[in-house]
Amino acid sequence: MICQECNQRPATLHFTKIVNGEKTEIHLCEQCAHEKGEMFMFPHQGAFSINNLIAGLLNMDASLKEPKAPSFHNEHILQCEHCKMTYAQFVKVGRFGCASCYETFRTYLPPIFRRLHGGHVAHEGKIPKRVGGTLYVRKQIGQLKQMLQELIAKEQFEKAAEVRDQIRELETKLNAEGGA
Amino acid sequence: MNEYVFFQRALSPWMNEEGPDSDIVLSSRIRLARNMKQYSFPTVFTNEEAMQIVQLFEQLFSQRRLGHIGPFFLLKMNELQSIEKRVLVEKHLISPHLAEDCTFGACLLSEQEEASIMINEEDHIRIQCLFAGFQLKEALKMANALDDWIEQHVDYAFDEKYGYLTSCPTNVGTGLRASVMMHLPGLVLTQQINQVIPAINQLGLVVRGTYGEGSEALGNIFQISNQITLGKSEEDIVEDLTGVVRQLIEQERMAREALVKTSNIQLEDRVYRSYGVLTNSRIIGSKEAAQCLSDVRLGIDLGYITNVPKTILTELMILTQPGFLQKYAGGALRPQERDVRRASLIRERLYQWK
Repeated sequence: MICQECNQRPATLHFTKIVNGEKTEIHLCEQCAHEKGEMFMFPHQGAFSINNLIAGLLNMDASLKEPKAPSFHNEHILQCEHCKMTYAQFVKVGRFGCASCYETFRTYLPPIFRRLHGGHVAHEGKIPKRVGGTLYVRKQIGQLKQMLQELIAKEQFEKAAEVRDQIRELETKLNAEGGA
Repeated sequence: MNEYVFFQRALSPWMNEEGPDSDIVLSSRIRLARNMKQYSFPTVFTNEEAMQIVQLFEQLFSQRRLGHIGPFFLLKMNELQSIEKRVLVEKHLISPHLAEDCTFGACLLSEQEEASIMINEEDHIRIQCLFAGFQLKEALKMANALDDWIEQHVDYAFDEKYGYLTSCPTNVGTGLRASVMMHLPGLVLTQQINQVIPAINQLGLVVRGTYGEGSEALGNIFQISNQITLGKSEEDIVEDLTGVVRQLIEQERMAREALVKTSNIQLEDRVYRSYGVLTNSRIIGSKEAAQCLSDVRLGIDLGYITNVPKTILTELMILTQPGFLQKYAGGALRPQERDVRRASLIRERLYQWK
């Protein structure tokens, strides 16, 4: 494929731009891409990194930009207390600085995640046994309850009774921990 | 065992095993991204934090094993030569990012090279498990076991709503990337690949070349992986990818069958011409080598060539990458010199099986 800009050199960089659902394909050689500023060159091997794309995504929506101070404090800047990253920096680099950033920027995250993860905003997967705390047990109970329903529907009452006992056991454990 | 072995052998021991559907799926990989609660993420952490983390992992896991996995060897990026790092990248054991940009990066590598835990890459911890053939579920099982093992010792950054917290918002939730490396010469030759790739993309999966983002599909090898990490369970993510890969295997087999039926002699000609090029050329570029190796591998799968083992494609694809060639030559090589080396190395290898 020939570069669509100079029509001479072979196109080595291929972009797909999607603006408001409209797709445009761009094929350029490295030189023209540089001149057009279509890409972000990095010092190593000219690889261009995904965080620039994410940053672009975060910037696209004006409503996601650094919020104007909602209250009395006019100069208020949203900043993570632990790693000192501001929301503006996060939007620029497309990377969180630490675990606390998720807490600090919490209200602005759902639209970003929705866009990146096909509409999803909440974790459905694995829960770490230790750090996940009671969540791990609660999820286990949820799964067992579902199993119980299925067993009852299949009229396998003996097995259902076993599962019911397991649920009770976990619930007692949970209450004991909650009370402690 | 000496850790030099990692840089010497092109085929990781796990590659020698013949996995299911290995005529089409070369390898399956699971990666889990994890971070620790108390440290800043690698994009902003201080050198001290970085060193502490490496030290912690050295103490906890170096020379240890988990069941039949391991022992693990800790390799620090700032103690490796650039050619050695490149070799690890070419073997897919570490990422280019870890090799090039992470001064305080390290990697815990299992003896059989089926498990690799990258430290201080984009996230504090990246667990990676590699299996031969189509074995995503097995790879997930191993990655989960390693994950549980690490979680016994370190406090993960985990949120009730968002799951495992990662540096990049594209990995949040499960932190899981499942991918398979597929050899799809049939779909390429019949030009169906041009319809297949956009269709896969629409399903929320990504198709890439051999060496990750932005790389070309050398030797008709494609990497297919999930994009979404949040809102689906690990099992569902793997299940979704598995379904698509199953269909691709089916289509690739049909394309190969159709090619044999409609143009058997042309195909055989193509395979043997490529075999001829590989066994005779004196100068060969990596692109031509990859294409010819792909043809020969197809020839093996279709039974035209019987004297060469299947692993030849994977092995020579890795062995003829610039890092390995230079490792073998014992120093830096100019591109032309590489092409000469590559040709002689391929000739030697194939001569073995004559």
